[in-house]
Amino acid sequence: MYTPHTKADIAQMLQTVGVDSLDALLPVPDAVKLRAKLEVVPALPESEIVRRFEELARENAGASFISFLGAGSYRHYAPPAITALAMRGEFLTAYTPYQAEVSQGYLQAIYEWQTYICLLTGMDIANASVYDGATALAEAAIMAINENGRQKVLVSRAIHPNYRAVLKTYCDGLDVEVKELPVAPDGTTDLSELGRRLASKEYALVALQSPNFFGVIDMPDSATQAALKDTGTILVGVVAEALSLGALQTPAQWGAEIVVGEAQSFGVPVAYGGPYVGFIASTTEHLRRIPGRLAGKTVDSNGREGYVLTLQAREQHIRRERATSNICTNQAHCALIATIYLALVGKTGLRDIAAANLRRTRELAAVVSAIEGCSLQFVAPYFNEIVVDVHQPAKAVLAKLEQRSILGGVDLGRYYPEYANCILMAATEMTTTDEIGELAKALRESVHVPAGV
Amino acid sequence: MSPPASDHTASPLIFESGQDGRANRYFEREKPLKGYLPAAVLRNDLPIPDNSEMDVVRHYTRLSQRTFGIDVGFYPLGSCTMKYNPRVNDAMANLPALRDLHPYTPDTLAQGALRIMWELERSLCSLFGMAAFSLNPAAGAHAELGALLIAKAYFKDRGETQRDKVIVPDTAHGTNPASAAMSGFKVISLKSDKRGRVSVDEIKKHLGLDTAVCMMTNPNTLGLFEDHVHEITRAVHEAGGLCYYDGANANALMGNARPGDMGFDLMHLNLHKTFTIPHGGGGAGAGPLGVAKHLVDFLPTPYVRKNGESFALDFDVPRSIGPMRSFWSNFAHVVRALAYIYANGAEGLTKVSQLAVLNANYLRVKIREFLETPYDELCRHEFVASAQELKKTTGVRALDIAKALLDRGYMAPTIYFPLIVPECLMIEPTETESKETLDGFVDALRDIVETAKREPEKILAAPETTVVGRLDETRAARNPDLRWRPAT
Repeated sequence: MYTPHTKADIAQMLQTVGVDSLDALLPVPDAVKLRAKLEVVPALPESEIVRRFEELARENAGASFISFLGAGSYRHYAPPAITALAMRGEFLTAYTPYQAEVSQGYLQAIYEWQTYICLLTGMDIANASVYDGATALAEAAIMAINENGRQKVLVSRAIHPNYRAVLKTYCDGLDVEVKELPVAPDGTTDLSELGRRLASKEYALVALQSPNFFGVIDMPDSATQAALKDTGTILVGVVAEALSLGALQTPAQWGAEIVVGEAQSFGVPVAYGGPYVGFIASTTEHLRRIPGRLAGKTVDSNGREGYVLTLQAREQHIRRERATSNICTNQAHCALIATIYLALVGKTGLRDIAAANLRRTRELAAVVSAIEGCSLQFVAPYFNEIVVDVHQPAKAVLAKLEQRSILGGVDLGRYYPEYANCILMAATEMTTTDEIGELAKALRESVHVPAGV
Repeated sequence: MSPPASDHTASPLIFESGQDGRANRYFEREKPLKGYLPAAVLRNDLPIPDNSEMDVVRHYTRLSQRTFGIDVGFYPLGSCTMKYNPRVNDAMANLPALRDLHPYTPDTLAQGALRIMWELERSLCSLFGMAAFSLNPAAGAHAELGALLIAKAYFKDRGETQRDKVIVPDTAHGTNPASAAMSGFKVISLKSDKRGRVSVDEIKKHLGLDTAVCMMTNPNTLGLFEDHVHEITRAVHEAGGLCYYDGANANALMGNARPGDMGFDLMHLNLHKTFTIPHGGGGAGAGPLGVAKHLVDFLPTPYVRKNGESFALDFDVPRSIGPMRSFWSNFAHVVRALAYIYANGAEGLTKVSQLAVLNANYLRVKIREFLETPYDELCRHEFVASAQELKKTTGVRALDIAKALLDRGYMAPTIYFPLIVPECLMIEPTETESKETLDGFVDALRDIVETAKREPEKILAAPETTVVGRLDETRAARNPDLRWRPAT
């Protein structure tokens, strides 16, 4: 129970309070008295808890399979120094840094995180984090809607399907309509109709993801950027694989005013989906609309430099129903992990990891596309994911790969009926040539080639 | 234990150290990026520093030493439930087959993870009297939003779209009205009565055909049990509305009373408060969202289902509001929370809330000897004291007391909240603190009040032992400096 009370303590404290028993401390009206028998998992000593979880962990066979799963959650190398630092109790067990004088370390780390995100995205400002990439997109939509007062948003169909689904959940609450841009045959977003659609000036924003859900680099051309500017439509850049920022043009360079994304790749474990860490960065014009915490630099009464949570008048605990967002708890500790990761790998490491991802994915693409019955679905340049057409239901092929202890990727039919024969495969610096070889072998045995192909 | 008192020199930013070529060798040296992609899509420069691993380790070790966590000392932050975070929970979350499990792993190969989610969900349902919990929301405020979106979908389904008002007591957390606004509702702020509670008569004045949801925290942020709660939920239901339970203060209730029995239709929990997940300097948390039977079909997706002896993620919840986040749950925290429940069992959790309430009342009766306690009756897990009288006689405010506590090695209580108590100090000790720790805190607080009466300037100058003194927040807000910039 982690409670230090002795019987004598309890007796003495009850006496001080002037109450006879622990039960008498918590009087509850008869109408709402607890009558049910509580059914929770049984109490165990710590050594047995460990045994229980080890037993449960063994039921996750998939954790030790050869894996080509990505799609917004990526397996990357994390130097052990990250855990050694981030798990220090001072960081781990701190609350939100309301009392700045005893929180200077954490506040400085948040300021460093904000800086890293700005440097990587090319934006002016960044917040202390939001829940994840999907909610970051939803929050960006609220920023844009409040900025220009328009009640429709336009998002690429090549944005992560879960991000689009979450955006829709949020927009339903605000009666905002979500419209989509189609995918072109090369795997980029089809922007051919965009100019016409923007002309009505009814869209608060256009959101594009690069690399997009298919791994394809998907940046708007200069004509599109101009059309967005001319119509006062805010371009939201989405980055679901933050590692790509170590290699690719910044979203600022391709015209984004708001950049949102997921920084799980920076040292945060895949952990069956969370916690991860979303970021929101923007140009200075959007400063007053950015949601969540912001750490800022100032001075103390003796002129010494220090950090505080600032511009809190945007936030729920001050502004209540007029706040820019309801967010209170964010993902500070995951952002700390990402900050330490970036400090450790530095510019050289980040470039090398990005290059290793590019190299491994090209190796994967070459090997897989040489297999009879497998081909690459898209031709546009890609980062660390590819879409492989297996010319038969992907689901069945993936099930066969599982028999050989391989997680071959995500069945695209799950989200795109038109790509039900396609598998989204990721390769990172963790992927080995041997693993690619095992996959190729298994694919050759699994992909049934119909006569005439 | 406070951070090293002598360390007044500023800590340079990570960007101000480092040299090109001082890179750590975690990876193979790779050939240039332009070998893989057209130059037009590559970035021109990457202005982040290369630092040696030792320099990075020293840098963040130093920053940790300038940070106050529960592991450093007593943390009586009201409404935040800063209890001990057991290390075994972290160890379990870091078991390789849990930590390295990809969210797209097929259900059949992730049965252990799904069982963990299911065991937590079932335990929470029983503990709080709900039909189902979604583990999808990432935090308490996120779950509030989810609950209000459920209410919106529910009324739409019933053809009652005119229900656009959410009633929020004036003692409520700021997230309540903010969540209501984010889900498109209008907010009615409800005045608390003289006893610091929601009054049945007052709420009835606001109930009608436009009532959507009434949001309540019980015990409320004054630490008081809403003893008319069943009459309130009945009145809201009679008006056709739904009742939401804000579980921020569930640590006072767990195992002793259940929101479901009180008539609540929707609720959230903060696993990072009640269930010992480390708060990590502001997150990540986790905010399970509970619903009564009539709202199960609206839960966010996915929902974990048990089919015979196997478990599956169900993405096909009939009238679901949809997913609220990228992936299924803050799973590492689900593991931690379940490990905590295993450590306690039902009986242990019941005792937890009793001892949390005992600690709070013990502090209350000790502290009222020298500070006003405006609602002076048996409290639950927390209570409020006020420095209003002290301020009148000495000029020393709640803020000054907070800063003086930092000098004495304690985290300050929540101050200036709830908004209805002037010069408010909201104190929540939690059950994991010993009588000795509580006595030490009382002595420190008494010393501050006595010093304030004798030499107020000493308290007004606090803190003096911390690495910086009081910071200029006005300047920070007026000239926002939110990042480092490279020299141009």
